[in-house]
Amino acid sequence: MQDHTIISKAHYRAGLRVREKVIELFILCNGILVVAVLIGILVMLLIEGIPAFSQTSVWDFFTGTKWYPVSNPPTFGIFTFFISTIVVTVIATILAIPLGVGSAIYLAEIAKPKIRETVKPLIELLAGIPSIVMGVIGLALVTTVVREAFNLNTGLCGLTAGIMLAFMSVPIVVSISEDALSTVPKEFREASYALGATKWQTIIHVCVPAALSGITAAIMLGIGRAIGETMTVLMVAGGAIALNFSPLEPMRPMTAVIAAEINNAVRGGAQYHALFAIGLALFILTFFVNFAADQVLERQRRKFAR
Amino acid sequence: MITVMSAQSKRHNRTEPIAFFILGLFTLIIVSPVIFILVYILINGIGAITWDFLTQMPSMAGKAGGIFPAIIGTFYLMLGTLLCALPIGMFAALYLTEYARQNRLVKIINLTIVNLAGVPSIVYGLFGLGFFVLTMNIGMSVLAAILTLSCQALAMMIASSREAIVAVPREYGEASLALGSTKWQTIRHIVLPQSMPGIITGAVLAISRAAGETAPILTVGAAFYLPALPQSPFDQFMALAYHLYTVAANVPGISKTTIWGVALVLIAVVLIFDIGAIIIRMKARQRRHE
Repeated sequence: MQDHTIISKAHYRAGLRVREKVIELFILCNGILVVAVLIGILVMLLIEGIPAFSQTSVWDFFTGTKWYPVSNPPTFGIFTFFISTIVVTVIATILAIPLGVGSAIYLAEIAKPKIRETVKPLIELLAGIPSIVMGVIGLALVTTVVREAFNLNTGLCGLTAGIMLAFMSVPIVVSISEDALSTVPKEFREASYALGATKWQTIIHVCVPAALSGITAAIMLGIGRAIGETMTVLMVAGGAIALNFSPLEPMRPMTAVIAAEINNAVRGGAQYHALFAIGLALFILTFFVNFAADQVLERQRRKFAR
Repeated sequence: MITVMSAQSKRHNRTEPIAFFILGLFTLIIVSPVIFILVYILINGIGAITWDFLTQMPSMAGKAGGIFPAIIGTFYLMLGTLLCALPIGMFAALYLTEYARQNRLVKIINLTIVNLAGVPSIVYGLFGLGFFVLTMNIGMSVLAAILTLSCQALAMMIASSREAIVAVPREYGEASLALGSTKWQTIRHIVLPQSMPGIITGAVLAISRAAGETAPILTVGAAFYLPALPQSPFDQFMALAYHLYTVAANVPGISKTTIWGVALVLIAVVLIFDIGAIIIRMKARQRRHE
C-alpha cells in the first residue's frame, strides 16, 4: 500500500496489468508444455524407431515371426508379439466386460448406498495396486491355479496374463460405466416405472441403452489399459517367442519384449531401434483406442448435458 | 390378455432376483481379490519386517540385509514427481479453466490429457531413456526417473486439479472480481485456496501411483542391486517397485518371506498415500457441507 503514495495510481495500475499479462503467459506456457510432452514422446519414438526400418521393411517388421535381435545379421519380426498382445487383451476384455459393466449396473442401480460406499473405495484400491504386485501375485498364485485347472506344464501363459489384466482393467470399466449410468436422467426411469416396467426391465431397456456410449468408452479405455500393461505380462505371460494362438501356451506381448530387452540392447544399435519401433506401434495403437474412446465419451456427455 | 400379462410378469418376477444376484456376485468377484491380495501379502510378508529390514543396506543381491536404499529411492521419486508435476499440472489446469477461451488449443490440450493417460508405461520408459537420459544427457539417474514419472503423472494431476477448480462456485470468483481484484489476485486468493484440498488429493494419488511404477524407471536408472544411497540427482538408485521385480523374478534362491516383505512395504507405501488422499477428500467435503 506504500506504493500508492510513492508512485501514482496510474503507474500502479499499469504495473498490475503487466504482471497479469506475464502470469497469463506463464500459465499458457504450462498448458503448451503438456502438449509438448505428448508430441515429444511421439517425436522421440519416431527418431529412434524409424531407423529400424532401414534394414527391415515395414511389412517384414510387422508380419515377420522371427525375432533374433543378436544374430548376425539380426532378424526383427514382431508378428508373434502382436498376436500375444491381441490374445492376452481379448481374454482380459472378455472377462472384464461382464464383471465391469455388471458391477457398474449393480453399483449405480441396485446396491444400497452403504454397500456402494464400501465397494467404491475398494475398487479404487484395486486400481491402485501396482502392476508389479499383480505380477508377483500372478506368479505365486494364479499360475498354479491355471496349471492345475488345465493340466499344463507351466501356468505361465496367455490365459494367466489375461486374467491378471482383467482385474487391472476392470476398475476403469466400472468407474466410467457407473459415471455414464448416473448421468441418465431420473425422469427416464420414472417414465419406465410409470409404464409398469419392473426395475430389471428399466435397467435393461432404458438405463443401459441410454448410457451405452459411456459404457462403450469404458470398455475401450479398459482395452487400452490392457494393451499397455507391462510388468504383469512380463512376469506371468511366459515369454515364449514361438508363434502360437493358444492362450494356454506361453506368450510374449509387445510391452514385455521392450521391458525385457531394452537394458541389454546396445544404444543406437539395430535392436535398440527395433524396440523403439515396437514402442511406436504401441503408442499408435493406444492413441487410436483412447482417441476413439474419448470421442464416444464426448457423445455420452453431450446426450444429457443441461 | 390379462393372463398373458400376469404370466409375463411372473416370469419377470423370477428373472429380477436372479439377475440382481448375478450382478452382485460380479461385484463380489471384483472386490474380494482386493481384500484377499492385501491380506495374503500381509500374512506372508509380515515375517520379514524387522527394524533392520527397513533400515539396513541389502547384501547378497538382496537375499540378506535390508531394503533401506529402495525405500529412500522411492521416497525421492515421489517427492521429485510431486515437486515437478504438481505445479505444471495445476497451472495447466488453471489455463484450461480460468484463462482459455473455447478455442482449438483447449481441444488439443484435452485430447493430449486423454492420450497421455493412455500411453503405456513402458513407452514412457523409452521416452525417458531416449530424451532425458541420452538426448539431454542427464544419464541413468534419479533425476531422469523423476522427470519420466512426472510426464506420466501429468495427465492425472491436470484432470484432478481441473475438477477441483471447476467445483469452486462461480460466485466466489465473481464477488472478488466485482471488488476490483485482478484475475490473478482472484485466482491466488479465492480459487486456489478453495480448490487446494481437491488438487492435493489428486497429487497424492498421482505420486502413490508413481511409487508403484516399475516399467518407466527400469529403463532410466533404477539399479538392480546398489547398496548405497544416491549422493546426487545424477546417481543411479534403488526403488521398491523395481526391487520387488528383481527379487521376485531375477534372484534365484531368495526366501519367499523376503519377496513378500518387499511387496508388503511397497503396498503399505501406496496404500498409506491412497487412504490419506481419500481422508483429505472426505474432510474437504465435510467442511463444504457445514
